[in-house]
Order: sequence, then structure tokens, then C-alpha cells
Amino acid sequence: MGVALATGAYGFSFGALGTAAGLSVAQTCVLSLVAFTGASQFAFIGSIANPVSATLSALLLGLRNGLYSLRTRPILGPRGVRRLLAAQLTIDETTAMAAGQGTAEAARLAFWATGASVYVLWNLATLLGAVGAAHLGSPQHLGLDAAEPAAFLALLAPRLTDRRAVGVALAGAGVAIAATPLTPAGVPVLLAAGVAVVAGVRSPRAGGMADRTTGASG
Amino acid sequence: MIWVGVVVTSLGCLAIKAVGYALPSRVIARPVVQRVAGLLPVALLAALAAQQTFAHGQSLGLDARVPAMMVAALAVWRRAPFLLVVVLAAATAALWRMALG
Repeated sequence: MGVALATGAYGFSFGALGTAAGLSVAQTCVLSLVAFTGASQFAFIGSIANPVSATLSALLLGLRNGLYSLRTRPILGPRGVRRLLAAQLTIDETTAMAAGQGTAEAARLAFWATGASVYVLWNLATLLGAVGAAHLGSPQHLGLDAAEPAAFLALLAPRLTDRRAVGVALAGAGVAIAATPLTPAGVPVLLAAGVAVVAGVRSPRAGGMADRTTGASG
Repeated sequence: MIWVGVVVTSLGCLAIKAVGYALPSRVIARPVVQRVAGLLPVALLAALAAQQTFAHGQSLGLDARVPAMMVAALAVWRRAPFLLVVVLAAATAALWRMALG
């Protein structure tokens, strides 16, 4: 229930900020229906000044969803159409809920129940937010230009779980700000992605991370 | 142009999830892949938050978004729900502009 309520609020924000950023209601809804991964969608509408880098930022943010299958696939083992359906529902929320269960049966149930409710609520809330904001007025007047960075901050905070994450966040923000006057729109954020790649490749604690990752899959 | 971006982003995000189920587990389980994928959202979200607070196109500056982000940071630290963080930031910026404009 908590997840569902949070999803509604989050989807409503996305819908409202999507149309405020200049997307049509239909474009905002297509993102929620097909992309169905919040952080990527926020990144896309937030960087829309340069659609190419907006798309690249969104895809880079979506890469983590591809890796969640490591945890969900052994639990679900879906085939055929169900596999594509499971893939579409493999996001932060469903992976976390499935991983938090004691038995495989409970994990399967948690995955499908969370996935179905989040999908429905996310899309309904997006539509409501998009239609609602289209009738509101000037984004600047309403402070919606400040709502976007606040949304990114709220998405970032739960990921700052250790000192390395904090370091990567600070470095990423620093690189983006330093590059802003020097490069075209959208490029600074992609440069910041380079910080994550360098930090991830160079980590001295490779073994420890791997053990923890596979350990969590059971 | 926005539609092209919307469609590529939408299908791309879906394809990434589907590929995750098609790839052998040992590729995904590689520690370096897991680490980079875990850190990418951290760097990208921090960069987006910072840029949208301080940048206007290619110029940097301080405006109503800065006090709005300070309020948002306080709300995040107090574990406020997502919508409240976003609404508080928007309201702070709107009030700031109303008071000074």
C-alpha cells in the first residue's frame, strides 16, 4: 500500500512536470506506458532542450533495470509473453519487493502484485498530472522549474548508501556544473556519467561487492 | 524531434529490461558491470539536480531555485514523501519570486 501511494504521488509529479517541460499529454503518457521507469523519464523531460542527450541520459539511467533480472529471473523463470511482461515490470520497486520475501512463492506473488499495481497507478497518475498541469499556467510562475531538481534530489538521496556513492554524487555534480559553460546542452550530464564508469571500473573492493550482490539474489 | 526522443527513449528502456532476461547471468553478474550500473544513477541524478539548480542554458547563476533546493534538501533529510519534497520546492521558488518580483 505504501508503495502504491508513493507511486501515485511520483507519477502525478512526472505528468505535471512533463507537460510543463513542453511535452504533449500524449508524449508524457507514452513514456509512462512504454518506458515505465521513473528516473529515466524524469531525466528525459529534464534535459529536453537537447533531445539526443536527453535520450542518452534516460537510457543510461535505465541500464540498472537490465541488471535486476539477475535477482528476479531465478524467482520468476518466466517464458514467452510472460517473460516480456516480467521484463517490463522489472524496476526498482518490484525487484526490492521480490527480494524482500522469504520463499520463492511469496517472491513471485510480491513481484506480480507490486508490478501490476505500480504499472496501473503510475500511468493513471501520469495522465492526471499531465492533464492537470496543462491547465495550470506558467511553469516559472508556479516554481515548477525548481520542482525538477528537487525531484532529482529526492531520487538521489536513497542511493547515497556509502561513502563511495556520496563521492560519485559530488563528483558528478561538480563535473556537470564545471562543463555547463563549456559544452552544449545535455553534454555535462553525459560527462558526469563518465564519473560513474571510472569509479565503478577502478573500485578496489571488487570481490566484496560481488559477494554481496549474489548473496542478495537468494 | 521530441516524438523521436520519446519513442527511442520508451522502446530503449523497454529493450534494456528485455535484454536483461536474454543475457546469460554470468555477464550481468560480473562485479564491474554491477558496480558501474549501480553508480550511473548516482552520478546522473546528482548532475541533473545540480545543473537544474544553477544553470540557465549554458550560463550559471543563483536564483529562486537555490532557496527552493535548500528547502527540498531539508525535506529529503527529514524523510518527507516525494510529492511533498517537490511541492515544497515549487512553493518556495514561487513565493521567493513573488516576494522579490
